[in-house]
Amino acid sequence: MYDSLPFLKKILALPGLSGYESPVRQVIADEWGPFVDELQTSRLGNLYGIRRGTASEPRPRILLAAHMDAIGLMVTQVQNGFIRFTRIGGVDPRILPGQKVIVHGRRDLPGVIGQPSPRLLPEFIGKKTVPMEYLLIDVGLSTEETRALVRTGDPISFAQPPIELTDNTLAGHTLDNRASVAALSVCLHELSTIRHTWDVWAVATVQEEETLAGAITSPYDVRPDIAVAIDVTFAKGPGGGGYKTVPFGKGITLGWGPNTHPAIFEVFKKVAEHLDIPFQTEVSPAQSGTDAMDLQVSGAGLPSLYISIPIRYMHTPVELVSMKDIQRAGHLLAQTVASLEADFVQQIRWED
Amino acid sequence: MTSEQTKPLSRHFIDLVEKLSNASGVSGAEGEVRIVVKEYLDSLKIPYRVDALGNVLVEHSCGKPNAFRLMLAAHMDEVGLMIVEEEEGGLYHFEIVGGIDLRVLPGKTVLVGKQRIPAIIGAKPIHLTEPDERKSPITLENLRIDLGPGGAGKVKPGERAVFSTEFHDNGFSFTGKALDDRLGVAILLTLLENPPENIDLLAAFTTQEEIGLRGARTAAYAFNPDAAIAVDATPANDLPVWNDDENIGYNTRMGFGPALYVADGYTLSDPRLVRLVQDCAQKSSIPYQIRQPGGGGTDAGSIHKQREGIPSMSISVPIRFAHTPCSVAWHSDIAGMVDLLQSVLHTINNDILALPR
Repeated sequence: MYDSLPFLKKILALPGLSGYESPVRQVIADEWGPFVDELQTSRLGNLYGIRRGTASEPRPRILLAAHMDAIGLMVTQVQNGFIRFTRIGGVDPRILPGQKVIVHGRRDLPGVIGQPSPRLLPEFIGKKTVPMEYLLIDVGLSTEETRALVRTGDPISFAQPPIELTDNTLAGHTLDNRASVAALSVCLHELSTIRHTWDVWAVATVQEEETLAGAITSPYDVRPDIAVAIDVTFAKGPGGGGYKTVPFGKGITLGWGPNTHPAIFEVFKKVAEHLDIPFQTEVSPAQSGTDAMDLQVSGAGLPSLYISIPIRYMHTPVELVSMKDIQRAGHLLAQTVASLEADFVQQIRWED
Repeated sequence: MTSEQTKPLSRHFIDLVEKLSNASGVSGAEGEVRIVVKEYLDSLKIPYRVDALGNVLVEHSCGKPNAFRLMLAAHMDEVGLMIVEEEEGGLYHFEIVGGIDLRVLPGKTVLVGKQRIPAIIGAKPIHLTEPDERKSPITLENLRIDLGPGGAGKVKPGERAVFSTEFHDNGFSFTGKALDDRLGVAILLTLLENPPENIDLLAAFTTQEEIGLRGARTAAYAFNPDAAIAVDATPANDLPVWNDDENIGYNTRMGFGPALYVADGYTLSDPRLVRLVQDCAQKSSIPYQIRQPGGGGTDAGSIHKQREGIPSMSISVPIRFAHTPCSVAWHSDIAGMVDLLQSVLHTINNDILALPR
């Protein structure tokens, strides 16, 4: 069986902020290469891994999208040898003080986010959260050297290395959404060992955390008949409860709401039930917050679905995932794709 | 203002700081640090004893009658966490040991217990928070140490946890946890390699500094020295002020050399010692700074009130972000500290006690 853990650990350790995905794209391409017939890169930087099916031309196509970009920070100003910064993607300032980062300046500079002492901050802050604009990064160099190496606009990544915890779990930053990139690797590997009639376009999309630009443009290159987004969702745990959260490590979720076409939901659900893959329905009253939002309305519109891997502590450098769920997501994707008959597109309809 | 004339730090010294910084030693559980200290002393064939509080005490006698007895103290303990209650599924409630601002806890990794089990302290996903909620720090009540679902029963209440930050050296500065006061521990060990010939050097590697200067108290009683210097690390709050005003409350500044204490929250330094240390610095052209008088404290706070009173002061390496997962110290300040203390050891003698305070 294909073990995605070494690959996942490798890509978690690579930078690839939204809009700057090339360091991670190359490594994903290397991993997918043996499992696909062709690799392509789009004008915005999406990576396409293409497996051709056995049906006669013109073959139907399914697009499987997982975004590879990471949240992070960006230099706004270098002041007296210290770096002020803003965020790329959603970052809660409460996780920042004491966080180790890498500033991608003229060379990569390890640094730490410092919280200035109270007398250096406006009085209103007191014991409250220090807003991001008052935090500073120290790269441990002299003022002159920092000034020479760092410029406004340089991207900044979290430096937390991935760590394995108990019960086959992995903690690290950017499991949102490289856990799903790993699930796509599992899927592509499995498809390379079984027969499927459809063409499969696995896409590692760009810029999801800011603009969804990778997802919305990908169907123009791919021209799929169905689009599925693979992303992460909220697992129950400290700070996470209520209907928006699902148990951790107990299976994946199939999304249900306006971003879901019921017929696509149904086909994945049936395969999951048939294979005893544990899943829950994740309900989203309006937008799902995934690539599926934009895939669905791309061009003339696409039947779409989103599948999610539950993680704890989303958008912190210590996101936590169960490797079992990554395996489950990849397995379900591969088996569902393989179950699609050549004429399935004609069966997709609204059962009103 | 960096002290370019001081000798660069040796590989040997940097390796020692790395080992000390990465070791776990929350106040009251300094075992891992004590092991590093003892092994280092063993390698130098220097005898030591471990007292009831876990202090490692080294008494180097110069063999001359009525020699001046100088105590140097560096604390082995660090601020950290203690597991206090187990919850379901590998989640643990914890408390803070020593002074840690709880705002540095979310989103960090820790090592728990003697087995150094990796674990994380997470935070609520930003997507599930309200903007107003993010203005208040996450309380200790709402934070957990998470060992993963297989972590149930793996650790017990009472075990300690430390930040799992790995030491890093970029050739100009160190980053790592617990540089307060593993730098002092490394400096004391280094001084013991070339002990002074004319005074008795009494080196105390102390415990429980961060929770009330407690190890130093009993060490000072046992040593009964003529004078004492606490060798520690102190915050350099030399960051820019938010509105670009002049920073007048920096405490100490990086690159300005060792920081001499005149007064802190616990000690009024003995002016005779302060003068002597300043004279040594000037004589040897070692840059130094006076720490801005104010709060805070070091082992000197308990040493100077031991027995009938012990003339004491403190000298610290300026460091940024003390008591957080990752502090920063500059080579130049550390090298200056070693040079300055060496100069003091070779200069101080009984004459200092003959002067009026």
